[in-house]
Amino acid sequence: MSRLYVARNPRVAARCLDGEMMIMSGRDSTLFTLNKTATILWQAADGATPLDEIVEHLICPEFEVEPTEALQDAENLARELASHEVLQISDQPIPQRVPGGQTPTAGESR
Amino acid sequence: MSGLLQEMTDKALALGVPLSVQLDLTYRCNERCVHCYLDHEDHGEMTTAEIKHLLDEMAAAGVFILTLSGGEIFLRKDFFELLEYARSLMFCVKLKTNAVMIREKEAARLRDLNIQSIQVSIYSHRPDIHDAITLVPGSLRRSLDAIRFLKSQGLRVIIANVLMTQNMQDYPSVRALAAELGVECTLDPTVTPMMNGDRSVLSLGVDQDVLRQAFRDPALVGDVDEFCAIPAKASDGELDALPCSAGHSACYVSPYGDVFPCVQFPLPTGNVRSQRFVDIWRHSERMNEVRSIRVRDLTTCPQCTHVSQCTRCPGLAFMEGNMRGPSSQDCEKSFVRTGIPSANMLSKRRPAPNLVQIRTLPSLAGATA
Repeated sequence: MSRLYVARNPRVAARCLDGEMMIMSGRDSTLFTLNKTATILWQAADGATPLDEIVEHLICPEFEVEPTEALQDAENLARELASHEVLQISDQPIPQRVPGGQTPTAGESR
Repeated sequence: MSGLLQEMTDKALALGVPLSVQLDLTYRCNERCVHCYLDHEDHGEMTTAEIKHLLDEMAAAGVFILTLSGGEIFLRKDFFELLEYARSLMFCVKLKTNAVMIREKEAARLRDLNIQSIQVSIYSHRPDIHDAITLVPGSLRRSLDAIRFLKSQGLRVIIANVLMTQNMQDYPSVRALAAELGVECTLDPTVTPMMNGDRSVLSLGVDQDVLRQAFRDPALVGDVDEFCAIPAKASDGELDALPCSAGHSACYVSPYGDVFPCVQFPLPTGNVRSQRFVDIWRHSERMNEVRSIRVRDLTTCPQCTHVSQCTRCPGLAFMEGNMRGPSSQDCEKSFVRTGIPSANMLSKRRPAPNLVQIRTLPSLAGATA
């Protein structure tokens, strides 16, 4: 089974508010908010860390969930966010660049 | 405002987060609009490094919506460098510009940077009127060319029209032009006093007849009867409400690093060249004073018929001399909407001289005694 890589889409606008990410789509300015689990996934989505590692190291310890079930949920979430162009997914590592040549931050604050 | 954005704004308010900031990158401008409130001389703008540092601080403080304005933002040679930096910090960036320096290349760069919206000032569909307001011949043509470049890149463009004596008949045609271009259009009847307190530009504002005509135009206000209805008595909740978002979830930073509650509220609260942005936001006494004011704390407005529906601007009130006082321009708007004078207007009316005095004249009194 191939690994899934996830990366924040640099086209979006994003900021973390009280532990929950708000994200504005670059496609049509639709606003999304992510719950705490999805926010962890988003912030860890650097394009280089496979999703299973994100789930194993960041989500399972935080929420005490069974790894297989958590990974399935995370994959479903990643694909849904990708359908809104909020996240990029690939079976290969995803280089993260923005037009200015800088690596985008995870929109962290507070 | 969408439901989710309102929810986020409410959350930011509760957490004390400055969700939205307008940052003016420069006061320099390549137009000389007759109604402009700015001094266009450069008195020491922040450097590229200072602005990048400020953007870092604002991102850390939770700022999400960043409006870059001026002056004319494209006059800064580092404009795209700053814009790229802002987008790398994942701000939702909105621009305000006259657009005369935007050509195909600039429009394509703005598309690549995923700018949320670009607001362009258009005062009339007629070149002689628009250019007489900007004082730059050919400026309407260049701004409209730019809007077409921006639209061709799929960018969201908003035409901003200010209603003044010079262009008061033109707003329907500007709206038609916007529709033809496939862009949005806003109309603002407010002329703002100069930042140095000079109020002479207010003479450019339209009179009540023109305002009345605009307020009864369904294309502008939607349901006219609803828009012009006499408001219901204010509830306790409405009296406990915040006067506006200035200083609560939004603020303004000048090109010199001065922080104000709003671009239209020139109360200095600190300077980011000597203080951290978040410290000014959280701890400035003046910012906290603005923040402490509720509608019921205002001097005249709580007794006013219009209090629950009024668009009172605390910044305009401040520029009239009292941030807790009424804003006469908004009193006038409420009056024009409903036909009912505001409490402020009534208090300013001089009592009419008595036309008939009934008293006993001494001579007559003597005669009847």
